[in-house]
Amino acid sequence: MGELRAYVALGSAQLRSATSYRASFLVELFGNVGATVFDVLTVLVLFRATPAVGGFSLREAMLIVGLSSAGFALADLTVGNVDRLKTYVRAGTLDAVLVRPLPALPQLLLMDLPVRKALRVVFGFTVLGVAVAANHVDWTPGRVLLVVVTPVAAAVFFGSIFVLSASLAFWWVDSGEIGSAFTYGGRDFTSYPISVYGGWFRNLFAYALGFGFVAYQPALALLGRADPLGLPAWAGFLSPLVAVGAAAIAAAVWRTGIRHYRSTGS
Amino acid sequence: MIKMQDLQKDFTVRVKAGRFRRRKRTVAAVDGVSLTIERGEMVGYIGPNGAGKSTTLKMLTGVLTPTSGEVSVCGLAPVPQRTRLALRIGVVFGQRSQLWWDLPLRESFELLRHIYRVPAAEHAARLRRCRSLLDLDEFLDTPVRQLSLGQRMRGELTAALLHGPEVLFLDEPTIGLDVVSKQAVRSFLAELGATGDVTLVLTTHDLADIERLCERLVVIDHGRVVHDGSIEALHARYGSRRTLVADLEQPLPSGFALPGAVLTNVTANGHRATFALESTTAAAAVGALVAAVPVRDLSLLEPDIEDVVARLYADR
Repeated sequence: MGELRAYVALGSAQLRSATSYRASFLVELFGNVGATVFDVLTVLVLFRATPAVGGFSLREAMLIVGLSSAGFALADLTVGNVDRLKTYVRAGTLDAVLVRPLPALPQLLLMDLPVRKALRVVFGFTVLGVAVAANHVDWTPGRVLLVVVTPVAAAVFFGSIFVLSASLAFWWVDSGEIGSAFTYGGRDFTSYPISVYGGWFRNLFAYALGFGFVAYQPALALLGRADPLGLPAWAGFLSPLVAVGAAAIAAAVWRTGIRHYRSTGS
Repeated sequence: MIKMQDLQKDFTVRVKAGRFRRRKRTVAAVDGVSLTIERGEMVGYIGPNGAGKSTTLKMLTGVLTPTSGEVSVCGLAPVPQRTRLALRIGVVFGQRSQLWWDLPLRESFELLRHIYRVPAAEHAARLRRCRSLLDLDEFLDTPVRQLSLGQRMRGELTAALLHGPEVLFLDEPTIGLDVVSKQAVRSFLAELGATGDVTLVLTTHDLADIERLCERLVVIDHGRVVHDGSIEALHARYGSRRTLVADLEQPLPSGFALPGAVLTNVTANGHRATFALESTTAAAAVGALVAAVPVRDLSLLEPDIEDVVARLYADR
């Protein structure tokens, strides 16, 4: 209870700090929507050239994009700024975080809560809503549950990827943008039906790393389509499990990483 | 209150060896330190740059994981019990801020009250005390980024004390401060230490901090404790020398020697000579000098701790 109050206080302090530079806050708030809009536009443009991609129509593909970008935007808002960890590690400013009576990760997330990314979430969920409405889903209780749970599971999954890639900085201070290959790269991967990707690449990202369960498999289950790649229908309901697995791995890596933190000379 | 037993911290550094190759080398930043600090003690921790002072402090506060050895603070293991320990200690890093850059001090303090879960009344009482002792009132509503270093440091001290810590760790608390701010910080800490409730561990390069505040002095070099005791014990152990400065009526004859003393300096065309007294008394030295050369004026200087420490560092 006391901890919760502490987190609320930290979050609202960050909000006050961010809004103390009002003009740049507004510019960033709206500027940020642009990025998400382009992700969706890319898919739309692709379908101008061809009526079907990987065996999926525009409407069906929009559902995949919607699930992916709603989940990603949610993760980016809440966990995305963990990638600033590398600056904290490099400058040694993580020290100040570690001497406070709260776990380090929630503190870091709240200290840097990128309020300016809030509109992206709104946009992501709007795309999802439009896509769901356009697809005439045959609603069953299971599918209602699925459409609610999937964006959350996707957010947990992407959040774990954010934490994992940020943790690299504990071992390797100049990890630079390597992590982005998996965060932003992962989002791009999940925005398309995975049937468009080639053999080993698809096996690695979709199944071994779990990106296929973020949006593609749940979308199939919502649409009631058989998987052209042969996975059974219940595979669409695996996304929470995959997300929990990813979160457990991320938490373990984070904890190990913190013990490798070297701070700086003074 | 604080116990360290054979505490060790190794860092692996990669040294350039050729264009792409790097050789790994292990450096012991803290090399087998064993110390016990009792409740209410005020301990000054000194040593040259890179001696391992900050590293030790970071292991005591749970920031760094020791490579080996035992460490306990307030009966807790710093790294595994970090968040519990944090409620009972206060930390001030002279070179890093604990405060919120864009928020006024007042809001930072309020935020810390929530983070440390301090009852409002206790918090208010401690803040009131710090406000009067550290003169915070004139800048309490200024965003931290606009504070001067001296003002910020007073804010940092307050921030570290609002939850009533049992141990206060200060890493170079007076670094970069002007004389007045240094004095303010020192007298505040002296007052805090006088109550006997707070154990104080501070690292510093400014020995005046130690002379003013600490009964006990720990000198660390290359990760090892080279001295642990009072300042007097340090002087005795390293044979601190008093100096005799003599203004002479005529230039000092060349080749002049004073038994048991070393001539360290001759200035003013030979009219001023400085001797370090090693194995002689001041009276004997003065007598011998006056007998040899007409002397206009004399002064005897007590050993300076800066000197002792400079010699200590140079010896390694």
